[in-house]
Amino acid sequence: MLRYTLKRLASLVVSLIVASVVIFTVVEIAPGDPASFMLGINAQPDTVAALRAELGLDQSKLDRYLDWVGGMLTGDFGTSYTYRAPVAQMIADRLWVSLPLALYALTLSTVIAFPAGIFAAARRGGVGDLSVTGATQLGVAIPNFWFAMMLVLIFAINLRWFSAGGFPGWDRGFWGGMKALTLPAIALALPQAAILTRVMRSSLLDILGEDFIRTARAKGLSARQALWRHGLRNALIPVLTIIGLQFAFLLAGAIIIEQVFFLPGLGRLIFQAITQRDLIVVESVVMLLVFAVIVVNFVVDLAYAAVDPRLRTRA
Amino acid sequence: MSRNLILGGTLTLVFVLAALLSFVWTPDGVEAMNIAGRLKPPNADNLLGTDHFGRDILSMLMVGARTSIAVALVAVGIGMGIGVPLGLAAAARSGGMLDEVIMRMNDLIFAFPSLVIAILITAVFGPSATNAIIAIGIFNIPVFARITRGTALSLWKREFIMAARVAGKTRTRISVEHILPNVANLLIVQGTIQFSLGILAEAGLSYVGLGAQPPIPSWGRMLADAQTMVALAPHVALIPGLTIVAMVLGLNLLGDGLRDALDPRLKVART
Amino acid sequence: MSLLDIRDLTLSIHGKEILKGISLSLAEGEIVALTGESGSGKSMTAFATMGLVPKGTEMRGAIHFGKTNLLTLTEPQMCDLRGREIGMVFQEPMTALNPVQTIGAQVMETILVHDAMTPARAEERARDVLDRVGLPSDRFPLGRYPHELSGGQRQRVVIAMAIALRPRLLIADEPTTALDVTTQAQILDLLKDLVREQNMALMMITHDLAVVSDLADTLNVMRHGEILECGPTGQVLREMRHPYTRQLFEASRHEANLGAAKADDVLLSVQDVSRDYPLPRTSLFGSRPQFRAVKQVSFDIKRGERVGLVGESGCGKSTLTRAILGLEPVQEGHITLDGDPVWQDGHANLTVRRKMQVVFQDPYGSFNPRHRVARLITEPFHLLPDPPSGAKRDTAIADALAAVGLRPEDADKHIHAFSGGQRQRIAIARALIIRPELIVFDEAVSALDVRVRAQILDLMADLSRDYGLTYLFISHDLSVVRSITDRVLVMRAGEIVEDRPTSDIFDNPRHPYTRSLIDAAPQLPDFQETQDAALPAL
Repeated sequence: MLRYTLKRLASLVVSLIVASVVIFTVVEIAPGDPASFMLGINAQPDTVAALRAELGLDQSKLDRYLDWVGGMLTGDFGTSYTYRAPVAQMIADRLWVSLPLALYALTLSTVIAFPAGIFAAARRGGVGDLSVTGATQLGVAIPNFWFAMMLVLIFAINLRWFSAGGFPGWDRGFWGGMKALTLPAIALALPQAAILTRVMRSSLLDILGEDFIRTARAKGLSARQALWRHGLRNALIPVLTIIGLQFAFLLAGAIIIEQVFFLPGLGRLIFQAITQRDLIVVESVVMLLVFAVIVVNFVVDLAYAAVDPRLRTRA
Repeated sequence: MSRNLILGGTLTLVFVLAALLSFVWTPDGVEAMNIAGRLKPPNADNLLGTDHFGRDILSMLMVGARTSIAVALVAVGIGMGIGVPLGLAAAARSGGMLDEVIMRMNDLIFAFPSLVIAILITAVFGPSATNAIIAIGIFNIPVFARITRGTALSLWKREFIMAARVAGKTRTRISVEHILPNVANLLIVQGTIQFSLGILAEAGLSYVGLGAQPPIPSWGRMLADAQTMVALAPHVALIPGLTIVAMVLGLNLLGDGLRDALDPRLKVART
Repeated sequence: MSLLDIRDLTLSIHGKEILKGISLSLAEGEIVALTGESGSGKSMTAFATMGLVPKGTEMRGAIHFGKTNLLTLTEPQMCDLRGREIGMVFQEPMTALNPVQTIGAQVMETILVHDAMTPARAEERARDVLDRVGLPSDRFPLGRYPHELSGGQRQRVVIAMAIALRPRLLIADEPTTALDVTTQAQILDLLKDLVREQNMALMMITHDLAVVSDLADTLNVMRHGEILECGPTGQVLREMRHPYTRQLFEASRHEANLGAAKADDVLLSVQDVSRDYPLPRTSLFGSRPQFRAVKQVSFDIKRGERVGLVGESGCGKSTLTRAILGLEPVQEGHITLDGDPVWQDGHANLTVRRKMQVVFQDPYGSFNPRHRVARLITEPFHLLPDPPSGAKRDTAIADALAAVGLRPEDADKHIHAFSGGQRQRIAIARALIIRPELIVFDEAVSALDVRVRAQILDLMADLSRDYGLTYLFISHDLSVVRSITDRVLVMRAGEIVEDRPTSDIFDNPRHPYTRSLIDAAPQLPDFQETQDAALPAL
């Protein structure tokens, strides 16, 4: 188990290094000089040079990469070109909206998908199964941001149960914040839940065809007991993979959904930074998103080993 | 033929024909603004109503279908064109250095959702439909590489492949002659699914302004424009949204139908 | 009074009749065997008794267990019975256990699901039964996972699960088919002892007459969903009233007519060959440890000789085979065919390949399902510098098909149009078409039913005589190679432990391992010869 964890950890570190190099390189090849852009076209050359020195743009590429990575490791993400404010603080403020939103949505999607998938698999071919699969077929076809707009139309504009957008901030109370994130989380979660339900169902059905399910039935377990005691844990392995992948999609989706609900999250930050060519912000936010995805997949790898004893001994 | 295949095939065909038709004819121009006739609900002149500039929504949707289909199709092409050879090569030398490198690269790309790739590209080169194609296409590569490798690996263990090796054929030749045809069904089905995901992704990207730029009509853009009008005129948001749902649903049904028709045991990847 | 009494059981799945009115009965302490070829309905009889039938199954007749007719019970009542009164053992031990649960938990579950004992008592019982089936808890703690056990050990766990509550009836569906012959003998002994100890009834399902002859009190011969013949095992095998029983019996003891081996100069030479495999890393850094699968093996095969290579799973014979075929390089030693190396400059030597072809085990997996027979069997033409085309190609195809007893018209069909035996003929046609010197048969008859196997063995013998072919016959089963080889190599743990003429090996095995293989293999008694002597004069 320890060796397995170390091995995954090593691959996590390698992935992070490669990802940071890729992101840094892409941003490096961006045309235009940030210092000139910040000072406008009428700036004096020596003012530009001074700013370049201040931003560290006159150093070699390798030094700048090492500075950037070293800074991130110590929590210093640099200074925004446009706001002249520490990027770390800007990200931290926004992260308190985006991360809860993604986790809220992930929880919702799992809570919906597990029972729905198990229900459908247990009633394979029946009316219940057909309605669940029909609903998921529709669910995977709905764009989440459009679904969000429809939720706003129904629950905010017509029924007035929720506000149409905005975020009061956590300091004004936990429930107020959760309420503001509820419609966005539902919009994000339902299409993902549809996918997860399908995976749960088909994974369970595969397992239910395995020999050891027949062995369990021969021991005297009912079909239902066999499903719960032997099917579920084995079916979880592919489902975990999808949950890991979904986290990436939820983070990305959160960025889009924030636009629908005018939420002050990472999405807003990054789109403003793109229009203002504030590349240090773009670079750091992207790195953060990729970091989150890689870490979540590391956790999923560990979860595999918890579920599947074969992985623990295999090294 | 299954019901899925007929329903999905018909829906897909309708959209493709509408997109092709838009090259030669649309009910109305998509650039002519008519402020007086804005936000009209569906009526005899404008079957699906007009938008906030008074443009005919049906015409906009027909032209927008072109963008969506083109972006998603080219992105699938990129994913298959690069992913399938990589997957075949990885499986042919499974456990080797090449396999390891290809699979690690795949894992890495999976950490970059297409939206993140699009953000990076846009930050550097500015927004365009090409960005959307590249971003979605790059994300498709590991999907195709993975399923190709997975299926190819199980085929390499089959005795007919051993027989071909005993017949002196090279690994490359076996990959092309024996493995590829036996992966083809899966690729067709997975391609249909990636096509539908591409439509969704393109809509999302152009909704946040990272995809096709005005004046090129696109479905996501139409929804972004409709957002502030949704209380006044719900149809401007409802109709393009339902159009996307119908197209994606059609492709998914087609994918399921093709799978049932070709080989019901195919294991496709869904994310 | 019989414990299980099946009366006129008819079973159909989605309207297709699988069982056609079969009747049989078992008493306590009795071992009843159902035997027959694939598709005879023997396994379905077992599953019908367990009440584990696929959706869309209709059953008529009666299955009396004690006083109750199982067909009238509800599903919860059947669940109560399964595991407690009726236990079952399956064919495939590798997949019959839940991979993510410990063996202890899986044995205990049989007890706990029936609320038969407290968890503490159940754990004690689990330890006892595992101990009884030969997995003592000091060496096999309850916390072991299935993947840490071998196939034979897993089958013991499955048996422990089945007998944990001392059921009155045990059903065993081909319980030893997937196991090596020495393991098979141990498992059969275990089952026999358990029946005696616990006075259980055992329904034994097997395709192997030899297994049955030694074990069963009563024998039922099945074909196409009917019981053709039933009676005490000895009597059925002695009298063989039904011609089908006679066919099965004769096919099981079939000896192909090999003819004398020509055996002149050396064709294949294997000199001091070793093959290594990298194992998974044990530390994060450092080189990967190697596993030596084949250790310094040497032997020659002379032109026209038919040689068997026999060993149990994991002995290295498959690894050696791949090296001989030139599919993988060797780490030490040389393999030459007709004086030329099979592997040269980092790839297989095509000149040598031309003289060597192979026939695999699985008649279903060894053909690309998308191609027609003509294309399938001409694949080796690829090895020829100047492959025949047009009419010459058609003649070659027709000749090869005719040589294996098929018709030239078959060339245009797809592979799924053929039965398992016919596919194996096509595989031989593919091997023959470029007129090789050596044909390697890799478990080539292992997957075939006994009568088909006898026909294929005859075909192999005929071809060897007609074309003067050299054979290397790889098998896990000594009895199969007996009738088709001149000489046998016995392999164990990467080494060849015995290399002698076939008749010597069987009559007078020298190595203890060879002897244990021969002793473990179930034998059909020679009733034919004792029959006349035993008959009372009328």
